[in-house]
Parts: sequence; structure tokens; C-alpha cells
Amino acid sequence: MLEVRNLAVSYRETEAVRNVSFCLQPGEVTALLGPNGAGKSTLVQGILGLIPIDRGSVKWQHRSLKDQLKKIAYVPQRTQIDWDYPITVQNVVMMGRIRATGWFRSPSRRSREIVNTALQRVEMWEYRQRQIRELSGGQQQRVFLARALAQEADLFFFDEPFAGVDRKTEEILFNVFDELKEKGKTILVISHDLGETLDRYDRLLLLDKELIASGSKQEVITAENLRKVYGRHLQSMA
Amino acid sequence: MSLSILGVIVVGQWLVEPLQFQFVRNALAISVLLGILCAIVGTYLIVQEKGMMSCVISHAILPGISIAFFLGINLSIGAFIAGVISAFFVVFIRASSRIKIDTAMSLILSSFLGLGIILITVLKTNKLDLSNLLFGDILGVTTADVWETAVITAIVLILTKLFYKELQFYTFDPLGARAIGLPVNTMYFGLICAITLAIVASMQTVGVLLVMALLTGPAATAYLIVKELHEMMIVGSIFGILSGAIGMYFSYHWDLPSGPAIVMVIFALFLLALLLSPSQGILTRSRRRSTNP
Ligand SMILES: Nc1ncnc2c1ncn2[C@@H]1O[C@H](COP(=O)(O)OP(=O)(O)OP(=O)(O)O)[C@@H](O)[C@H]1O
Ligand SMILES: [Mg+2]
Repeated sequence: MLEVRNLAVSYRETEAVRNVSFCLQPGEVTALLGPNGAGKSTLVQGILGLIPIDRGSVKWQHRSLKDQLKKIAYVPQRTQIDWDYPITVQNVVMMGRIRATGWFRSPSRRSREIVNTALQRVEMWEYRQRQIRELSGGQQQRVFLARALAQEADLFFFDEPFAGVDRKTEEILFNVFDELKEKGKTILVISHDLGETLDRYDRLLLLDKELIASGSKQEVITAENLRKVYGRHLQSMA
Repeated sequence: MSLSILGVIVVGQWLVEPLQFQFVRNALAISVLLGILCAIVGTYLIVQEKGMMSCVISHAILPGISIAFFLGINLSIGAFIAGVISAFFVVFIRASSRIKIDTAMSLILSSFLGLGIILITVLKTNKLDLSNLLFGDILGVTTADVWETAVITAIVLILTKLFYKELQFYTFDPLGARAIGLPVNTMYFGLICAITLAIVASMQTVGVLLVMALLTGPAATAYLIVKELHEMMIVGSIFGILSGAIGMYFSYHWDLPSGPAIVMVIFALFLLALLLSPSQGILTRSRRRSTNP
């Protein structure tokens, strides 16, 4: 179980995440929802220790997550990556094996098999020799999904994997999430979509600086909660 | 046919005749070494979008050089320390304020340059050959310079080989690298040191004003052609070696300043690649589209 307690993160002047607490259960896919600037990316980065946090604790199986980084697979928002970087698809996926490989060594045969399986799973095997620049947005997202799979992690964090992807990629992503869930993995997905895809998650978290609601779709997607989160933004625009 | 044989003989003589001199052999040796060193370091510079950092460091080594000259220690040591400090100033300003990175860079570059010139004046180190320092003199390279560069190149090559996959991960996806617990700060520090070392090593050959061309030019040319990081280093090395050697011959035969001659060759190769690269060339791209829709 991942236990986040009283997490607060701020950038220089702005408080981005205030006093957030929740738990993630193994075998569940959880969506982290909220408007632009709600602090979703910041929350995840705070959990992973990528940015300094003001307060709070993050525990995995009752121990500090910081000491168990190799259990984590993190897929950053696509805009964080330089897609002109000179690297081929299969080598990006091989990056997922870097912890398992260790310093000063080259990837084992088993690592190469894992990479191949991951590439096939996301239907990118034919593209393995391509430079990543030559892929569509959805294909790039699938490469990162394959990299996360190759890590053989227990905890998965995806930052907006659905941004700008087509139905096929969306389907692959959700199917992979389901398979991971079956294996008892813990998955957190940042998403913007309030439509029908919400049914594919086990639990929802609604964030707007603070945690507004958490629980099932019925509990979270209420008129009042949506007004609280999105209404205020509409008002401030007017 | 006899004409073409004559041509070969003339070009051959043009290439071989200078080699009787030790200083030309030194120049050639350092071209090869710098070609490799700068291509490797430059590759990391380019993929990290830090090309301008080489500009800052190369100017910022000046105060280090004048202090080292004043104290009578190895100029390279002073240059290295000043270069690394300048890079950290840039990072510090960026991290602790809202100032954007390019503004921080301009500020640090000019401040260090100004400090360097003040120090040269105050410490009366004007016996220092400033023109050599700024524009380089490949034909003045000594055997000791060659050895120093060989050691630096060997160190950078070995470290790159040892930490290749970690450095690749870090330069591709810094956030992801931090997330899996790679020591990203140490790697950043290592890269800054490597950049500064490459600049210090190239100082004698192309001068501090033109060293960024040697760092970024050949690697950028390779970037247009290849699709993997290590290929960028290898192809970049070849371009770097060629540029250094050809520029050296121009400098020898036509009595040109070596730095500018090398830079012009680098730029000519870059233009050729820009026009003719198989995958990204301006002239080749449209043709490929029409034959291969
Ligand atoms: N590097 C930064 N420096 C300063 N402020 C930042 C930085 N990154 C984000 N912020 C601010 O923190 C708040 C939360 O940003 P964050 O990126 O976490 O939102 P988000 O929910 O991921 O939004 P989006 O849906 O657009 O990705 C925003 O108000 C943003 O302006
Ligand atoms: Mg975000």
C-alpha cells in the first residue's frame, strides 16, 4: 500500500499542493483528476522525491518510498522529453532495465528478452529500429509504456498518458493497466478526461491544490465537486 | 591521365611536405585528439541543449588564466577552476531566482570576462599573449600540450564508456533518471567538468573565442546524419579530426590564423550535411518524400 500523508509542495511564491493525504491499494488503477494547474504533476513529483516537499510523508509497505526507488516506474508528461534526442525505440525501452543491469555492465540476455516482450505488448516491435523523432505522439507514448513495463516495477505513475493519443493507443494503455492490476501492481494515472473512460478506473482522486474528493466514480463525480473544481475556474475567467 | 597523376603528386606533397617538422606533427596529433574529445563532450552539450554553456565557460576561464599566470602555476589549472565556478554561478542564479538561463549566462559571461581583463591589467600579466589565447595557434602546440590533451581525452573517453548508459538516460530524461535514483547532480557536475576540460585543452589550438565551434560544430554536423547517441560521437569525431587537420594545413600553407581556419572548415562541413544529409538534408529531404510517399 502507498500511503501519502499531509503532503505539501510549493514553488517559490506559489503553494501548488496543500495538505494532501490518500492511499493507493495494490491491484487498483487510480485516476488523479483535476484542471490545468491543479498540481497533479507536482503532487506526483513530490511523491517520487523529484522536487523538494514542504511537509508530509510517503510510505510504501510502511517504509519510506525514498529507499525503494527501484520499485517505481514513472512516465513523465510527454512535453518533458526532447523527442529529437538521437536514440532508437528499443534503446529507450532498454533504459527501463538500467537499475536491473547495474553500473559498468551491459544488459543481460534476460533484459533483452524483457525489452522485446514489452515492445511487442505495446505493438511497437516493428518500429524498434526507428529514431523516436520519427514516431507519432501515440507511438511515443507507447514506447514509454514499454519502458515502464521493462522496469518490472510494483508502483506505476503515468503523467497524462492519454494526452493527444488515438483510440488504439488508449485501448492498449487501458489493457496494459488491467494486466498490471491483475498482477497486483499499484497504478496511478493522471488524466483530464471526465468522460466514459472514468469507468475503467477503480478509484478516482480529484485534486485542486487540495484533495477535493476521493473514492468511486459516484462519490467523486458529483455536481457539487465539479462546481468546486471547474466552476471556480470558469468564474475566474469571466 | 598524366594530369591526374600530377594532381595526386601535388596534393600528396602539399600534405606530406609539412610533416617533416615536429610542430606540424604536433599540430596533427592534437587535431586528432581534440576532434575526438570535443565530439564526445559536444554531443552531450547538444543533446542537453547547453551549447551556450560552452560559450560562457570558454570566456569565463580568463580570470583563472591570469591568476594562474601571476602565481606561476599551470594555466590549465587556473582555467579549469574558473570555468567550473562560472558554470555553477549560472546554475545557482537559475535555481535561486526567476532569472532565465540565457540571461544568467550573458551576465556571468561578461562579468567573468571583465574580471579577467581587470586582473590582466592589475596583476600586470600582460606578458600573457592575449591574441594567442583568444584565437589560438595550432602550429605553436608543443609536445607537452599534446601529452596533456592525450591524458584529458583518455580520461573523458574512459568515463564516457563506463557511464554511457547512465549518462544517456540522464541527458534524455533527467526527471526519469532522478526517479530511478541515478545520482543526477553528480552526473551534471561531471559533464560540466568534462566541458571545461575540453575547452581548456582546445584553448591553445583554436583560442577561447572559437572553442565553441570545435565543441558544437562537428557534433552538430553528426547530429544531422545519425540516429543514435554513440554514432553522433563517432561521426562527430571524424568530422572534428578532419576539420582540425584540414584547417591546420590551410593555416600552414597560407599563413592563416589556425583557429579561424579550422572554424571555417567546420562550418563548411556543417553546411554540406545540412544540405545533403540522407534523412534531414534540405536538398535530399524533398526528393526522398517524392520517391517514398
Ligand atoms: N517549475 C515551476 N515553477 C513555479 N511554479 C510552477 C512550476 N511548475 C508548476 N508550477 C505551478 O504549480 C501549479 C501546479 O502545476 P502542475 O504542473 O503540477 O499542474 P498540473 O495539474 O499538472 O497541470 P496540467 O494539467 O496543466 O499538467 C501551477 O499553478 C503552476 O503554475
Ligand atoms: Mg501536469
